[in-house]
Formats: sequence, structure tokens, C-alpha cells
Amino acid sequence: MSLYALQKLLFTLNRDPALQAAFKADPAPVLDGYRLTDEERGAMTAHDVGLLYVLGVNGQILMHFAAFCGFAWPDYLEAMREGVRRHGPVRAGVYALTSSLDEKVAGL
Amino acid sequence: MSLVFAGVTSHGPGITARPETADPVVRDAFFAALGSMRQQLEAAKPDALVVIAAEHFANFFMNNMPAFAMGMADVYEGPIEDEAWLKIKRRDDIPGDADLSKRLITEIMQTVDVAFAEEWRFDHGISVPLHFLTPDYGLKIIPVNINCQGPPLTPLHRAWAFGEALRRACDKVPERIAVIATGGISHWPATPDSGKINEAWDRDFLDRWSRNDRAALTAYTDAETYRDGGQGGFEIRTFIALAACAGGQGDVQFYGPIPQFAVGCTVGVMDIVEP
Ligand SMILES: [Fe+2]
Repeated sequence: MSLYALQKLLFTLNRDPALQAAFKADPAPVLDGYRLTDEERGAMTAHDVGLLYVLGVNGQILMHFAAFCGFAWPDYLEAMREGVRRHGPVRAGVYALTSSLDEKVAGL
Repeated sequence: MSLVFAGVTSHGPGITARPETADPVVRDAFFAALGSMRQQLEAAKPDALVVIAAEHFANFFMNNMPAFAMGMADVYEGPIEDEAWLKIKRRDDIPGDADLSKRLITEIMQTVDVAFAEEWRFDHGISVPLHFLTPDYGLKIIPVNINCQGPPLTPLHRAWAFGEALRRACDKVPERIAVIATGGISHWPATPDSGKINEAWDRDFLDRWSRNDRAALTAYTDAETYRDGGQGGFEIRTFIALAACAGGQGDVQFYGPIPQFAVGCTVGVMDIVEP
């Protein structure tokens, strides 16, 4: 678990257009710059927002990455639910899921 | 001169990003209350507006997270969010006042260790309230951040101490200072729970806030806040600092849960009482 490094990468990526361009072109060299586990690295490469959520990425960081990957807001919410369905409960941090998996709290 | 205005408001990005999704009756009443707050703010004729905010990693991250930070620049940028998403135009010319900031910070530092920042990018936590309160960006802004995002969080009694220190600082400068706090109350933002609102908990908090009951406002543990108010509930720190700063009774001019905005939307103004 290297959640700090994962969140540092996402925090940096969220605000750095040059890094975003590099990540889009080829994520591997960008990911090499951070001490990530294979699971974290795989989630980044696959744009697996659901797994990133389960790994404990703070939602205020994750939602920007989801938008960068082209997720509309309802799709972002559903990706997080799907992550919990596939990988189990959120493992770290304070952005846990407390509603039920089929619940659309605000209709989204 | 002194503190001339004190208020609180919500800042959920949905407020500007997706207003068309909300119940128009509640939404329009909320927007009308914000319009009224703008009039009250303008009537106080402030020279500068201090915004006590709870940012979401716009400037500060866990590599170097201050418990308190305050801007000290003549110009600020924001919002950082995608303009098309937040529906607020990004600007790089939001006026600040570095000299005033420096004097305020110098006085606050006598009792509270506040970090200062000569650059600052606003996120929705500041830009959404300003969109309604100072839409022409004619008023100098001084941003403040309290760490409500990356645990360990700023303790509530320290948020209170910061509010007292800010008040002392405001009263020592010749300028007329307005202060608003933005955040909360209960919410579960950026999770599948987004839209959940604990109205009873919100109303109890606002009751404590309106009475300016220091003991009751600072009695919450983070575990209780997380359980009842979600991780967004940690932003009560800003309302608590504002209560310590103003010192009077609060008038909750609007409260209404709007799930599409992910919060119980709140507008409040507090009396300013001599310390
Ligand atoms: Fe917030």
C-alpha cells in the first residue's frame, strides 16, 4: 500500500497539463516516477476509477482524474459503486461508501 | 477599523455546476437568500473580504499540510475546476491586498501559528460563494484555509482560537473587514453517497451556531462528525471559527437540503459583538 504516492501522482496530474499530455501519450514513464504497487499501477493504466476509490484515494482528488478520463458525473458515481462490487469495501481514507450499492442517493 | 460583517454560506460545486437539476422552489429560495446576503455585505461597506474556507487540495497537500493558512498576495487565481463543469469563468486577476494580509497575519501569529502563502488558487470552496456575493470581483479578497480534508485535522478548539485571533487582528487595522466562512454542513461529497444530507444533525449544529455556544460547537469528536455528518461534515471548522470571530448571535436566513447540490444549503449572518 503506497496510497500517499498514488495520491501525490493524482494531485500532480490533476493540475499539470504537461504531465497530463505525457500520461495520455504513454502512462508508463509517468508512473515510473512514483513508488506504486502493481495494483495501483494497473488501476492508473486502466483508468480504473472504481479500484482507485477502493484503494482509498480521496474523492476530492479522484473526481478530477475521473473527469480527465472522460467520466460524466453519474458515470463517476457508478464507477465507484462498481469498484466496491468488484473489490470490496474502501480500504483506507475517509471517503467510504455508506449507502447501499444499488442506491442512487440524489437520483444519479 | 474593525470587523463590519460576518456570515456563513455553503460552497458545494453543484450549486453552480448543475442548478437545473435541483427543485426550483428550494433552489430559488436559496439563491434569493444569497442575493440578500450580498446586499447585507455591500451595505456594510467593507474594504476587504476574508473568506474562511475549507479547500480540496487546490494549494495544500499531505506533503506539507498547514492547520491554518492565509493568503498574502495582491492578486489571486481561480477557480481551478474546469470552467465548463463549474460554470464559473477562470480569472487570474482576483484582487487581494498583500499589505493588509501581512498586518492581519502578523497579529494572528501572536497566538496562532498560521502559514502564509504569496500565491493561492481558489477552488469551488471560495469561487462558488464569490460567484454570488461579489460577482464583479470588485472587492479585495483574503483567503484563509483550515485543514478539513487531510487527517489529522485541525482541532475544533483551535479553529475557535483562530477565529478569536482573526477578530483581534481585524480590530487592529484601519480597514473595514468583512468575514465569511464557507463549508458543510453534513455531506458526503465525491462519493456514491453524494446527495445524502443529515438534516437533523445540520439543524442541531445550526442551533449551536446561532446561540454561539462555544462549548457545544467544539464538543464534537471527529468520529462523531464522520458518523453523523460525513467527511464533508469536517468543514464545520470554518463556521466555528466565524462564530469565534463575530462573537454574537447567528441568524440562519436560509436552510434547505438540496441533494443535487450535495448539501443542506445554508445562508447565515452573525451579529458582531465587542469582545
Ligand atoms: Fe467542501
